[in-house]
Amino acid sequence: MTTSQSTILGHFGQYGGRFVPEALIGALEELEAAHISALKDPIFQAELAQLHLTYTGRPSILTEAKRFAEYAGGARILLKREDLNHTGSHKINNVLGQALLTKRMGKKRIIAETGAGQHGVASATAAALMGLECVVYMGEEDTRRQSLNVARMKILGAEVVPVTTGSRTLKDAINEAMRDWVTNVETTHYLLGTVAGPHPFPTMVRDFHKIIGEEAKIQVQELVGRLPDAVLACVGGGSNAIGIFHDFIGDASVRLIGLEAGGDGVETGRHAATITGGTAGVLHGTRSYVLQDENGQTVESHSISAGLDYPGVGPEHAYLHDIGRAEYRAITDAQAMEAFSLLSKTEGIIPAIETAHALAGAIQVGKELGPDAVLLINLSGRGDKDVQTAAEYFGIPL
Amino acid sequence: MTTTLDQLFVKVRAENRAALIAYIPAGFPTIEGCKKAIKALVAGGVDAIEIGFPYSDPVMDGPIIQEAAERSLSQGTSAADVFSALKCATEAGVAAVVMTYWNPIERYGVDEFAKSIADNGGSGVITPDLTIEESDRWIAATKNNGISPIYVVAPSTNDSRLSKVTQRCSGFIYAASLMGVTGTRTSISSGASDLVGRIRKVSDLPIAVGLGVSNQAQAREVAGYADGVIVGSAFIKCLLEAQTEEKGLQAITDLAKDLAKGVREGR
Repeated sequence: MTTSQSTILGHFGQYGGRFVPEALIGALEELEAAHISALKDPIFQAELAQLHLTYTGRPSILTEAKRFAEYAGGARILLKREDLNHTGSHKINNVLGQALLTKRMGKKRIIAETGAGQHGVASATAAALMGLECVVYMGEEDTRRQSLNVARMKILGAEVVPVTTGSRTLKDAINEAMRDWVTNVETTHYLLGTVAGPHPFPTMVRDFHKIIGEEAKIQVQELVGRLPDAVLACVGGGSNAIGIFHDFIGDASVRLIGLEAGGDGVETGRHAATITGGTAGVLHGTRSYVLQDENGQTVESHSISAGLDYPGVGPEHAYLHDIGRAEYRAITDAQAMEAFSLLSKTEGIIPAIETAHALAGAIQVGKELGPDAVLLINLSGRGDKDVQTAAEYFGIPL
Repeated sequence: MTTTLDQLFVKVRAENRAALIAYIPAGFPTIEGCKKAIKALVAGGVDAIEIGFPYSDPVMDGPIIQEAAERSLSQGTSAADVFSALKCATEAGVAAVVMTYWNPIERYGVDEFAKSIADNGGSGVITPDLTIEESDRWIAATKNNGISPIYVVAPSTNDSRLSKVTQRCSGFIYAASLMGVTGTRTSISSGASDLVGRIRKVSDLPIAVGLGVSNQAQAREVAGYADGVIVGSAFIKCLLEAQTEEKGLQAITDLAKDLAKGVREGR
């Protein structure tokens, strides 16, 4: 069986687990217990479902991209519109779940890391909704790339702390959030934004996002009368990808394809394609693929997309890769920006640059499979936050 | 198998005092400067040295050790440099261990790492982010090579977990004095003595307290209830703030002398 239900210790094959200071073990055990009890609690589930119906805007719709499909070998291109969720990306699914768990554990303060700012904005939103104090750690480099989202978080009442250590990006924001958590663990929940980190995060965050694939599976079958041939999603830490993949893992006919950030090209060394170009190792509390040197030091990643600019990846993806259930490809900055522009001009949808990596993958896979193929793509986020980066990239004067 | 570290704790118990353990990252302030610092620490009277393996993502460390690690890594410090610093410490006549996050061990090779520790005279390895659940290979490797796996416990560690962790530990138990990252603090949290008391109920191993200890008064206080006093950031701060290498080395010798006095006056 290829479903990757994690074990009690949070292992996916040789990946996952818990590599953290002993100081955090109590909090991780408390969180695991809260998550397990919430899964079985109909009141918790009803509360989350009601929030998704009346606040997130779920179920998210499915849009067929017919004009875009002409550039993708004529394959049918179906977009799962997570960009239409409140706050503009899939991230809200996880933060609402974890914010409810925070209240369940009696904690009043959340901390979060953010790269592109989408998870930070979603966390600040959930904190505002539920009356929690919120501190968001964000690499200084990313606060520059994503200044609009910094302002959004502040408007929502969150404190944004620019992180000036290391590469000043997502990896360093996670380090700083973990330092805060070690210090304030009694009062604080670390609302981790992706399917990485120590157990139970990879399993728990997956559980809050798997609704994407569950909805999409029904929507695709209603529309085309069968399962898709392939499901595609971009992969940084991998939360939107695992969310749309998970319900299809048992469907052997459905290819699962993750698109990593190839930056300037994997061969240049300037990329964030962790599975394609990395090796097994431990980073941020979990064993997975890591971009590292011969001494086990993390190597800085590079991507035009702040949200994918991370030298690690969720352990379940590492496992799905190794057992051959999912495949991972690298998309360069240039390919992603071409797809970004193409979807905008053919469908009137400006995608997040992260998501554009999945769209570039759809162009490749569509051409490979031809017009009879049905591709489901997770349109994980909208591109409003990327307008400045895109304008600079395409030379549009601001 | 008895290590130099085990012998040290037998000796300090006989002298009715605590051991003074100093932390310094390999390659800091430079590859050669680190070796001079080790000798300066030994000259000041430290009983044991922890050689830090500088790491790119030190989530347990505060700004001082982060800066030291960044400086060290910018000079390309490698595993070989860690082992050569370890050898320098053991040849200077003190017990020595390595403190490292887990990934560099896994990358180097779990068995090979334990062997290199033993080959260079090291007594053990402190692994702050390795949980006992992920330790099977490491425990076997340390046993095969006659070195001690040393775990860090925290004030938040409950009694049943303390019992499980300390059972896998040898050499000493590293008790984190507070919930937080490394760095100097103005006072030692009362949580430290409570934690040491709870560990005593489940283990006979020596207990060394670290995190936040920076001066003689604090060393004296901690030596009142612990078997070892660990000081890191305070030494590194001396080296970071010194105008010349010579002044920095003198400053850490002086601080070591102060602290060595403190650990002898605690009881």
